[in-house]
Amino acid sequence: MAKNNIPRVPVREQAPEVRAANFEEVSYGYGLDEAKQEASRCLNCRRPRCVEQCPVSIRIPDFIMKVKDGDMESAAQIIAQDSLLPSICGRVCPQESQCEGACVLGVKGEPVSIGKLERFVGDWELEYGLEEHMEITPNGHKVAVVGSGPAGLTCAADLAKLGYKVTVFEALHKLGGVLQYGIPEFRLPKERVVAREVEKVKRLGVEFETDIIVGRTVTVDSLMDDEGYEAVFIGSGAGLPKFMGIPGENLNGVVSANEFLTRNNLMKAYDEESDTPVFVGRRTAVVGGGNVAMDAVRTAKRLGAEACIVYRRSEEELPARVEEVHHAREEGIEFMMLTNPTEILGDETGWVRGLRCVRMELGKPDESGRRSPKVIEGSEFDLDCEMVVMSLGTSPNPLIANTTAGLQTTRWGGIIADDAGITTRKGVFAGGDAVTGAATVILAMGAGRAAAKAIDEYLRSK
Amino acid sequence: MFKIIEKRELAPDIWLMNVEAPRVARSAQPGQFVIVRACEAGERIPLTVADYDREKGTVSIVIQAVGVSTRKIVALAEGELLPDFAGPLGQPSAFIHEDIEELRHRKFLFIAGGVGAAPVYPQVKWLHEHGIGVDVIVGARNSEFILLADELGKVARNLYIATDDGSEGFHGNVTAMLRELIDNRGAEYDEIITIGPMIMMKYVALAAKEYGIKATASLNTLMIDGTGMCGACRVSVGGHTKFACVDGPEFDAWQIDFDEAMRRQTMYRTQEAEANHKCRIS
Repeated sequence: MAKNNIPRVPVREQAPEVRAANFEEVSYGYGLDEAKQEASRCLNCRRPRCVEQCPVSIRIPDFIMKVKDGDMESAAQIIAQDSLLPSICGRVCPQESQCEGACVLGVKGEPVSIGKLERFVGDWELEYGLEEHMEITPNGHKVAVVGSGPAGLTCAADLAKLGYKVTVFEALHKLGGVLQYGIPEFRLPKERVVAREVEKVKRLGVEFETDIIVGRTVTVDSLMDDEGYEAVFIGSGAGLPKFMGIPGENLNGVVSANEFLTRNNLMKAYDEESDTPVFVGRRTAVVGGGNVAMDAVRTAKRLGAEACIVYRRSEEELPARVEEVHHAREEGIEFMMLTNPTEILGDETGWVRGLRCVRMELGKPDESGRRSPKVIEGSEFDLDCEMVVMSLGTSPNPLIANTTAGLQTTRWGGIIADDAGITTRKGVFAGGDAVTGAATVILAMGAGRAAAKAIDEYLRSK
Repeated sequence: MFKIIEKRELAPDIWLMNVEAPRVARSAQPGQFVIVRACEAGERIPLTVADYDREKGTVSIVIQAVGVSTRKIVALAEGELLPDFAGPLGQPSAFIHEDIEELRHRKFLFIAGGVGAAPVYPQVKWLHEHGIGVDVIVGARNSEFILLADELGKVARNLYIATDDGSEGFHGNVTAMLRELIDNRGAEYDEIITIGPMIMMKYVALAAKEYGIKATASLNTLMIDGTGMCGACRVSVGGHTKFACVDGPEFDAWQIDFDEAMRRQTMYRTQEAEANHKCRIS
């Protein structure tokens, strides 16, 4: 097994001290030789565990073998059969808990860098394009997709390939949903990657309409009754920010991670050319430990702040991807673990001047299996900061559920749908964060794909 | 893209634009707002709907050019296109859901200040079209800044003009006019709806409370998306945090923490001042 002796090929990155002051992508990704070398590490297992762990079952060893042979066209074709957005997933999937987490090589050493290889192939495709093999025969049926995030894009593309006439309705002025407003440029370039992946969907004949807020501009009912859509897929995401409900949350200088990131990502407030303002504190505290918190704290750093994470559990429980935590640390982000805010302190003008916190310790595992944090008595202390970013998770927007007859939701606002995306309302399907609450890009894509299949079956049987 | 089919200056630096937006026009109700962008690098600016014509598929907005972004909007000419015009957003005015017969017995007073006359207009017009006559006070610093008096005059039962310098109508601000109507002219009201500068609405709310009259105010807070995503529009109403974009923009004026709302409006003032400065230099 000589292959095992080849160490994992490291990926070139911008130096931490350089990238902490710009919004360019952190990772340069593999070059051709690096990709081929890394691909040569794959054992091409007969029963590949990586594929089982991939939410869209990409034939991982097959595409990696093609990369090893230098046949990028074939590698891209193999991925394209299961995933539409490899340049995105290669960058933002939590590979360590999916494909790479299951890689046999990971048992004794380091797993194959599947994400970086996927990204390489995806970027190759964006650069050189694929020969279009597919011929689409229109079937004359109209389907509406609500939201242009990963769930909506995948559902729309799959339906278009089957011959449906698909229109995607997006509330914001740019396409991509969370890929556009949520994930920062330094992790997922907007023009070079997101816009071009969306272009691929447009080339399948999918139409996009921006500035349409379903539930306000139109409704699911009006789309079906007045505009002739025979089925609707709701992939509207989980966009509503949560706050802690502690004193001082409405002080100037307290924002949701959504606001902070939307200003920077969607509105490009970091760019001199943009008219949208953004404020960053000299010292900025980001409350939370997920990927969004990492994105927010690293954005604050890039805008010039001394930035820290405040998280109530320990490092082990951080929900963020390992790579993001690692990158954040390299960039000089301070991590205040086992710390929970109790109050935001304001000055006489109503601006944030600090964050009152208590120290926590971990008790017994709770329902989620994570050890639940408990307050250490008498541990209160004040942290100096001029800005607090709340990154405590998001919940689905009730706008669509509230305006669609017969569409039921859970207590916390998620649309009730089965694994195929079938909701309580006939002809209406849903998937992604709108159903599950905040999850990952790839799970949303998987849900979009399942719903496309269910919509096709539904319309065929009608 | 959304075509500007009519543009006219109502007062210095205050413009009315009538925009072709058929889907928005079809769904718009009094009290709602739209989000407008002037160009690719432009901010998302929330503006309250000033009128709509479902048949023609048009929606009117009134913009006061105060900063970089609003100046870019008013710089566009008739026939030019707005890249974004999204809406209608927010909750419609509460009265549109109420029983018309009951509304006919209620005495409404609308109090508008400055550009606030624009969003008051579709509300008064809606009530007028449903056979409900209401009183309207429109205030401004002087005669030149009294907006839409002709239009309002056609749909209001009584229109009272108030100017700070006495150049037209009542000499005094809108709150003084309100007191004059109630204290000296025997007017009685069951409900006040006020739209205008935050500071004006604060004092209208205080006066309304003093008289024991129910009051509603429409808040023009900071916003980005306008759909509940960012939370920039947080306001305290009766001690609870609300999002002006999805829970409002209209709230019980007695309960609004206006001081906090005014303070929150200044969150990006430093950055805006810098941008204004740069804009003027270039």
